Amino acid sequence: MTATTMGARVTRWARLTGWRHLLLVVALVFALFPVLFVVSAALNPLGTLSSSSLVPQGVSTANLERLFSDTPFGSWYLNSILISLANAAGTVFLCALAAYAFSRFRFIGRRTGLFGLLLVQMFPQFLAIVAIYLMFTDITEYWPEVGFDTPWGLMLVYLGGALSVNTWLMKGFFDTVPRELDESARVDGATHAQVFFRIMLPLVAPVLAIVGLLVFISTINEFLIASVFLRDPESKTVALGLYGLISGERNANFGIFAAGTLLISLPTMAVFWFLQRFIVEGLTSGAVKG
Amino acid sequence: MFADRRNGAGAPGGAPARPPLPGGALAPRSGSLAGQMVKIGMLGLTTALAVWAAFPLYSAGNWIGIGVVAAVTTLLFYVYLSPRAIPAKYLVPGTLLLVAFQILPVLYTVSTSITNFGDGHRGSKEEAIASIEASSVVRAADSVDYRLTVAAVGDPATGDLVFLLTDPEGRVQAGDADGLTELAPDAVTTDPSGRITEAEGYTLLGAAEVSARSAEITAFAVPSGDGSGIRSSGLSSAYEGDATRAYDADCDCIVDAATGARFTADDERGVFLDESGERLPQGWRVDVGWDNFAKVLTNPSVSGPFFGILLWNLAFAAGTVLLVFVLGLGLALLMHTDRLRGRRVYRVLLVLPYAMPSFAMLLLWRDMFNADFGLVNRLLGLDVDWLGGEWTARLALLVVNAWLGYPYLFLVATGALQSIPRELTQAARLDGAGAWQSFRHVTLPLLMVALTPILVSTFSFNFNNFNAVYLMTGGGPFPPDNPMVGGTDLLITYTYRLAFGGQGAQYGYASAISVFIFLIVAVISVVSLRRSRSLEETH
Repeated sequence: MTATTMGARVTRWARLTGWRHLLLVVALVFALFPVLFVVSAALNPLGTLSSSSLVPQGVSTANLERLFSDTPFGSWYLNSILISLANAAGTVFLCALAAYAFSRFRFIGRRTGLFGLLLVQMFPQFLAIVAIYLMFTDITEYWPEVGFDTPWGLMLVYLGGALSVNTWLMKGFFDTVPRELDESARVDGATHAQVFFRIMLPLVAPVLAIVGLLVFISTINEFLIASVFLRDPESKTVALGLYGLISGERNANFGIFAAGTLLISLPTMAVFWFLQRFIVEGLTSGAVKG
Repeated sequence: MFADRRNGAGAPGGAPARPPLPGGALAPRSGSLAGQMVKIGMLGLTTALAVWAAFPLYSAGNWIGIGVVAAVTTLLFYVYLSPRAIPAKYLVPGTLLLVAFQILPVLYTVSTSITNFGDGHRGSKEEAIASIEASSVVRAADSVDYRLTVAAVGDPATGDLVFLLTDPEGRVQAGDADGLTELAPDAVTTDPSGRITEAEGYTLLGAAEVSARSAEITAFAVPSGDGSGIRSSGLSSAYEGDATRAYDADCDCIVDAATGARFTADDERGVFLDESGERLPQGWRVDVGWDNFAKVLTNPSVSGPFFGILLWNLAFAAGTVLLVFVLGLGLALLMHTDRLRGRRVYRVLLVLPYAMPSFAMLLLWRDMFNADFGLVNRLLGLDVDWLGGEWTARLALLVVNAWLGYPYLFLVATGALQSIPRELTQAARLDGAGAWQSFRHVTLPLLMVALTPILVSTFSFNFNNFNAVYLMTGGGPFPPDNPMVGGTDLLITYTYRLAFGGQGAQYGYASAISVFIFLIVAVISVVSLRRSRSLEETH
């Protein structure tokens, strides 16, 4: 191999894919440096904000140990995961039921319903919180089992938002399943419920996965409603607990805050990794007409 | 939570392989036995829940509540037992929850927007009068003394105050802002002096809470019947005395017996006013019609900042959409080639910001933009007070929002690009179109069909992106002459400050602004959705 052909090959590589790699690396730097900062702050033995930097100064598990010994992080973590999982499952189910109706049946109020779902979400939420608070003050009086300081009351409010734009996302995917499929099943004697559970649900699995993931992430991050409902230190979620940690002692608690942030991002990352293929497919499959 | 995750359109795709159907032609038309059992079980559960929900309502004599429970149960039974109304069977569960926990709160907020609801205007006129009379109580010669324990309903730091009282004969009572209620002697524990040390249903205030709420406790008064009330004197005793102020129905006014001053009721504003126009702090809730809306439009101290903030609010939402669109689509296009190695690794790393908890990352970014020890200044070798200047703070906010939002658009664009048939672009190239032309005229229009609903919902989400602004800048920086309107304030953070900030809660007024925000976002979204092809699917 001579120097010229070598040079030509490098030029060719640079022209075809090299510049792509270059730009992608620049993008990666932008994407990852805050994440790197969290990792380094979590490992920082001093655990303060002013001593944290991009490159870890040392490696220590002091912050992790403090997180579990000084705060009820274990129960926060469990609360967050359980509430988010339950809400994701509930939302996916309610949403799939509604999306099936919107996709497969024609009825009065169908278009209004679809538009209404988009519009309700556009109302600024935090004032509705005042109404929700007043409502649950009464509910707590009558039925303390689903009132304040219980995960059930919070779940009810979250599930109130189950039918949302996610229903649109699912309906779009349901539309891509050919109607002939369920029609022939109906001819074979299947009921509409059998069509839904045995034919539709397995076929739309990717969109169920993506909606479940999106709801899981947003529930883990949810802050406003949870802060109204969960006032008992043990019943808090990670978002509430971590916010409380640095709203008081911002500098001193920064290390354990970073450690907590890392720990709560682990389940999301794991799900992302496993669902990667589904996610891309679930978001858009069939959304573009050929 | 950021660039939102939504999609609307759908169209027939390729036919997936048909799965075998259990039962086939031999399956009975009425569905499987297991299905029937599940249905009966669910209806049984519904009945059990309804009975469980009705009991406390019945013992409280709340007949309207029982009516609602009965109506909902009947509706559920009708929908699931009738062979008709098939779509309703699928829509009812989600819709019931939607109505109860989203639509009702929104309607309540809208109905609040034509009232003066807020601090000093919470209850009815009778409650305001009772409170005025009770708080004017002074000790008389024959005043009865009580042993007092200060408690609260629910959380001792924020719950409504309750005075737990023991009278000289040892009777125990609980007094709140509405009056006295007798307590059962076996529901309380008392110390030797007769003072209550524990009571069912109430949380006693600890020393810290008492000192934090001392002003509230001193002002608190329990109405105890005709023109008298109970107030605290110190932390462990209270007295019943006579009110110096009394309501006179003839003149619809409050008369102060000590000074002779008269406070006449103004039923339009819900306050009692004396001749000079001074009001008593306790007012009541009245309808004020369109006043709150008119105030937004005509009061220059409000409308001036309102339109200034609206402009930045629009720029913020549009800027965020543009940035995430360019970044997300750009990255998706960069990776849209088979030649590129390591695509899987790139993709996982590029969506990593999406997996990090957004509230924590916002707080972290705020610290990275810190002027003194922030990472951004250290890395770039700059000395900029990012969050201290109006324009640098806005720039920082947009950068952070782009960081949080682009991964979602990147994922969607990647998927959309993959679903565009290659033949289309190849055909365009054969017809002599350049790479740019075929992208501009073939790929992009197809992409926009899938992306428009997502861009619209990203816009409407960011228009009301409370968390981003509240956690990053708190709306600041504030000009020295006006602490109410900050350089990065969105309408929603501005409203938050009006509703819950400094001068006490003004829910009525804040609700009116919320209605405005809703109208603006809804109009922009509907118009832009209509302009795209995306909604044709719903016809």
